[in-house]
Amino acid sequence: MNVYARRRIVNGAVMTLSVAATAFGVLWLVLVLWTLLENGVAAITPALFSQMTPPPGSAGGLLNAIFGSAVMTLVGTLIGTPTGILAGTFLAEYSRGSRFGEVVRFINDILLSAPSIIIGLFVYELMVVPMGHFSAWAGAVALAIIVIPVVVRTTEDMLNLVPNSLREAASALGSPKWKVIVMVSYRAAIQGMVTGVMLAVARIAGETAPLLFTALNNQFWSADLNAPMANLPVVIFQFAMSPYADWQTLAWGGALLITITVLILNIGARAIASWSTFKQ
Amino acid sequence: MSPATARQAMPISSPDSRRTEAQPAPRQKVLIRNVDFYYGAFKALKNITMPLHDRRVTAFIGPSGCGKSTLLRVLNRIYELYPGQRATGEVMVDNENILSPGLDLNLLRARIGMVFQKPTPFPMSIYDNIAFGVRLYESLPRHELDERVESALRRAALWEEVKDKLHQSGLSLSGGQQQRLCIARAVAVQPEILLLDEPASALDPISTQRIEELIAELRPDYCIAIVTHNMQQAARTSDYTAFMYLGELIEFDETERIFTRPKQKHTEDYITGRFG
Repeated sequence: MNVYARRRIVNGAVMTLSVAATAFGVLWLVLVLWTLLENGVAAITPALFSQMTPPPGSAGGLLNAIFGSAVMTLVGTLIGTPTGILAGTFLAEYSRGSRFGEVVRFINDILLSAPSIIIGLFVYELMVVPMGHFSAWAGAVALAIIVIPVVVRTTEDMLNLVPNSLREAASALGSPKWKVIVMVSYRAAIQGMVTGVMLAVARIAGETAPLLFTALNNQFWSADLNAPMANLPVVIFQFAMSPYADWQTLAWGGALLITITVLILNIGARAIASWSTFKQ
Repeated sequence: MSPATARQAMPISSPDSRRTEAQPAPRQKVLIRNVDFYYGAFKALKNITMPLHDRRVTAFIGPSGCGKSTLLRVLNRIYELYPGQRATGEVMVDNENILSPGLDLNLLRARIGMVFQKPTPFPMSIYDNIAFGVRLYESLPRHELDERVESALRRAALWEEVKDKLHQSGLSLSGGQQQRLCIARAVAVQPEILLLDEPASALDPISTQRIEELIAELRPDYCIAIVTHNMQQAARTSDYTAFMYLGELIEFDETERIFTRPKQKHTEDYITGRFG
């Protein structure tokens, strides 16, 4: 058998394995989506968006939980994004090659892979215990702590992709460093940075563990950030584990809602990444 | 002859060595004196001394790694963006040593424009590419800014090509247009000195010719230093030429002399293509 024929056979075999592995991975995703759709679509009714979480045995919706998730995700993102972008900017633009920068980067990578339940416990100790009660603020802070390392990482990576020649060109015009960063580096990296933020939002939208220890849950409507607040992941957790059929249906509905939201955020992030403001 | 003696033999444009043209004698704008440069421990420039004349073009030639770009980067201290790079000696610009530590680098760089080898349009519109530098130091009313942008683009011979798409991205232009945009950007802030670091090396012959024409047009108003790999380009565009090799200045003289009767054997070998 000559070399070429053997190479073709090896190529075919590896190709088949790759396709099979991909199909295996995608299969579960499709099954998850299918199960969610099958069980969840029935729960997507106007009542889901207009009524509060019910006691067992009566009809209701998820309005308070949807609202709570939206509020805490928003506040968490508002805290986490500026912090993450500033820290990522520090790593990429100010601390290149410095020992301190390397330490910060290393710690950030650890935080990036920290289990979210640990972050929940940390915020429990930090805020819930001193305050004496669960609160939406604590939930938002826990989510922010999950957002930060993701945004730091993507911001740094995206800024590192900006060629130094652009920074040199801006500096050569007499531009102070902060203006080089804001006007040139950020503009060149903005798509990747926005993508990073959207992926972080998608991640915290479905986080349960950090909220379990912080915002807990609330059966009623509450817009008070200083009090426990309902949220989709914890409601799903509670309702799905219950023996009541109508709670279980609501849990499926909530799960479908989160999945669709995350899917839209991910697709949005991809769209932004591929969309170029400066294409002709 | 060793490089050390070559340096001693180097003439620093005494009045009798100037071209006898019916124009005022060129004023010395910059005097580089005993400049050494280090990339960390590596010494990239060795005791460089030479002038740059106002309203004249000075070309730097030499093989890759000879230090000509490094020398250019000393003149606006852009090397200071990177820790570990440092220069010693003096660079006098109008009798002020720009290597002195207390100097405001941003103000210095506003006076000394630079164009790089690869075109570096900013990710913003053509208009904003030009206006960016202007807005750093002047707050002009809208119509004056418009005029400044137009005149800079006209100087760079780009106006006719972009006047209808000023608000499109600078990245949408071709390579040659992008480079002219970068020259326009440098000219718009009205610097005194222009540093061109192989401005045409990434361009096709037609764009190169336009850049060279542009240098000729800018020559009456600026002190221009150009680094080039292309000896014909040095001969065509410059009044003075410096030949560098391994971090040393081997010979500096009027371009015509360098290319017709160089004093150093080394220079002659290089320009005739026997080496390098």
